[in-house]
Amino acid sequence: MVSLNVNGRQHSIDVEDDMPLLWALRDEIGLTGTKFGCGIAQCGACTVHVDGVAMRSCVIPASAVQGKAITTIEGLSTDAKHPVQQAWLAEDVPQCGYCQSGQIMAVSAFLKENPAPTDAQIDESITNICRCGTYVRIRRAIHRAAALMRG
Amino acid sequence: MGELTSGAKVAPLSRRQFVVTVVSAAGGLALGVMYPGVASALPLGIEPWSPEAVPADELSAWVVIDPDETITIRIPHSEMGQGAATALPQIVAEELEVDWARIKGEFASANRNVAQNTIYGDMNTVGSRGVATSWQRLQQAGASARQRLVTAAAQQWNVPVTDCTAANGAVTHRASGRTLTYGKLAAAAAKIMLDVEPAIKTLGNFKLIGQSVPRLDTPVKLDGSAKFGIDTRLPDMVYAAVQSCPVFGGKLVSVDESAIAGRRGIIRVVRMNDAVAVVADSYWRAEQALKLLKITWDGGAAATTDSAQYRQLYRDTLNGPMVEATEETTGDAEAALGRSAKVIEALYEAPHLAHAPMEPLNATVQLKADRLDVWIGTQSALNCLRLAATASGLKPEQVFIHNTYLGGGFGRRSRNDEMVHAINVAKAMGDRPVKLVWSREQDMRSDRYRPQAAVRMRASLTADGKIDAMDSRIAVGSIQRGTQGPQAAPNGLENQAIDSFDDIPYKIPNYRINLALKNTHVPVSFWRSVGGSQNCFFFESFIDELAFAAGKDPMQFRRSMMERRDFLGVLDTLAEKSNWSAPLPAGRGRGVAICENHGSIIGQVAEVTVDAAGNVRVDRIIAAVDCYQAVNPKIVESQIEGGIIYGLSAALYGHITIKDGAVVEGNFDSYKPVTLADAPKIEVYLSLTGGGKFAGVGECGLAPTAPAVTNAIFAATRKRVRELPLKNLKLSELAQL
Ligand code: FES
Ligand code: FES
Repeated sequence: MVSLNVNGRQHSIDVEDDMPLLWALRDEIGLTGTKFGCGIAQCGACTVHVDGVAMRSCVIPASAVQGKAITTIEGLSTDAKHPVQQAWLAEDVPQCGYCQSGQIMAVSAFLKENPAPTDAQIDESITNICRCGTYVRIRRAIHRAAALMRG
Repeated sequence: MGELTSGAKVAPLSRRQFVVTVVSAAGGLALGVMYPGVASALPLGIEPWSPEAVPADELSAWVVIDPDETITIRIPHSEMGQGAATALPQIVAEELEVDWARIKGEFASANRNVAQNTIYGDMNTVGSRGVATSWQRLQQAGASARQRLVTAAAQQWNVPVTDCTAANGAVTHRASGRTLTYGKLAAAAAKIMLDVEPAIKTLGNFKLIGQSVPRLDTPVKLDGSAKFGIDTRLPDMVYAAVQSCPVFGGKLVSVDESAIAGRRGIIRVVRMNDAVAVVADSYWRAEQALKLLKITWDGGAAATTDSAQYRQLYRDTLNGPMVEATEETTGDAEAALGRSAKVIEALYEAPHLAHAPMEPLNATVQLKADRLDVWIGTQSALNCLRLAATASGLKPEQVFIHNTYLGGGFGRRSRNDEMVHAINVAKAMGDRPVKLVWSREQDMRSDRYRPQAAVRMRASLTADGKIDAMDSRIAVGSIQRGTQGPQAAPNGLENQAIDSFDDIPYKIPNYRINLALKNTHVPVSFWRSVGGSQNCFFFESFIDELAFAAGKDPMQFRRSMMERRDFLGVLDTLAEKSNWSAPLPAGRGRGVAICENHGSIIGQVAEVTVDAAGNVRVDRIIAAVDCYQAVNPKIVESQIEGGIIYGLSAALYGHITIKDGAVVEGNFDSYKPVTLADAPKIEVYLSLTGGGKFAGVGECGLAPTAPAVTNAIFAATRKRVRELPLKNLKLSELAQL
């Protein structure tokens, strides 16, 4: 049994120790907002927060994050009003949208550590792939979200 | 029933009557941001496809108006990020005379399309045609619905239709001031048939078309709630992972299952002609087991091929027989080149490319004796339905396609190979629903690729430094044969193969295109911007070579041969916005490229920095586009931005390598896309010349990106890049001109 705390709720799931957190979230718990894009920690579509830190859930065994607080896109806010979500809406960032859960999770964790990021810091830290090429808007939205969070 | 004042007849209720399940208004998110001018519409639903039951009181196949005044507009194309689910409802709403805030979209049913004589057209979301081909029909659908609402009100009041006006979602009788909202009129209007269809609004009279209203699909894409195909979950569902024969056209010989015997959750192994699937109670278990199977394939003769061999094949093809695209011929290029003292000649090449949409291909199917349901993101819901019927043996009327959001398409999702796999697996699983997901590696190695190509161009200049003659020889894989079979393109010509070499921006008195279509065992298909994706690189790089040979500025050289207002508008916008004539420091360069693609004129200026070691950094791209009319300018901008990034990924990194007949690259580590760190600054300008045309914008953005970048590299280094991608080249080893 693997016991996970996801978005403040406790789940006990009967899975192998090496099942990645991504598949535990999607197929066992039924939270499909976290996406599968590559399975090898390259694209970031599967990004979630583990104790507030952004992690790529496709390469973390679910059993390794027991006892930690896991947040998925569904739990980032109750009303989609997290500053990053608001900034994403204002900049009309998503195209197909498939990468965006991961982008938003990566950025929301990043901004907590870097409340006023430079472009160079953004380049270094936000490495998620977007095949639709929404990067121009992502960068604008990151700065907008940072400003919102600073108040 | 007698003649009515309005002159309209009441339709007999001959339509099939279903149990009514009208979708209630979306309980979606309140929008946190207000846009000046236009109130936000209702967001698209989490599950955006139409319910199959037809509401008895729908106004038409296109429009449903609920008693609470919510207006649902059926969208005949797919949403893969290109904004169709916003722009198409915008067009209907323009005619409906409604508050945009009441609009809600849903995807039209392909099953209904089959049952009702393709009322929604071909539903194909390809070739940047969503708006370009559907706008008149959508406008008409909106106008027709409005007219029937007005007629219903006139009948109720027993007054002439011409005395009534529709505005803001209500009909008003002008003389008396009486008003009825659409919600109160919808049921009566649904029964009205018009004798004549109303005229649609003409250019210059639009209120909503041309406005950057916020996308309807944004809210559900911010909180993880939007349902992509891969998110489908059904009771009692099983999961399948699949591996196709690594060599295209090869066959399965045998599978040794011993390594997975007794593994947890494994249900069965399904053998197909050219693929093997493992069915399990979780996708991860299925995928893990699949990797453990010992599979023997017969790759056939192609199993010894590789990229070097195919590269040579396309080069050799340039020296073989060709077909002249005579429609494009002007003057006598051969004679003009023959009498020229100096002929400039160059060979250019481009590799196969994978689509690699962000969401790997997948399909969920439930196959019963007399009904097949498919949940899939497809670019062609109608073709998908027909393919599903063939694969399952059911009749088209028995197939229901629930078109989800698409996690990218780029041409890949117009052929639903993944669904055929899923149906094959479902046949072995009784009534149980099957969700089949391609791993990223399966997705990249079983794609239908952008064709490989080689082109040799020769040209001569006039005494005053313009192009006198140009002769191009193109060797490329045929997309028509790749998608329809070897009998296609019977005369050896196809439009896709000469994209960017036809409809050229320049007046060239002696001009000829020769073409040899050459397909190999590697399947080819439509890849975003199609022929323009490689041909604009060839053509516009060579134009730059000619400018250099003529001793002219690349912008001026192009301009001196241009006549059309649309091309000139785009080029002049680029010159101005890029500050073209301002000098750049050493090591930096600007390059320009322009073409027509999918009906739009698109040009770009790239600014690059090349360091001493030859590393290239693309700093900025300025784009100008003329799509004549834009339904939603902000969506046009985002499509151009996205196209540039897609094109830049190809120019910098994109390469599909064949070894032993199979694709080497399998994931984003070996097939690297551009990320935020190497994304340039992008500015997009609309340079619209107007007129009655809405040209496509989903694809054109990427065509000029590669040549703008390589022309900029030339400006910075005097080194000419004649093959892509840049990652495989050492600039330091290229000759300096
Ligand atoms: S799916 Fe985890 S990084 Fe791509
Ligand atoms: S929005 Fe489509 S991959 Fe990012």
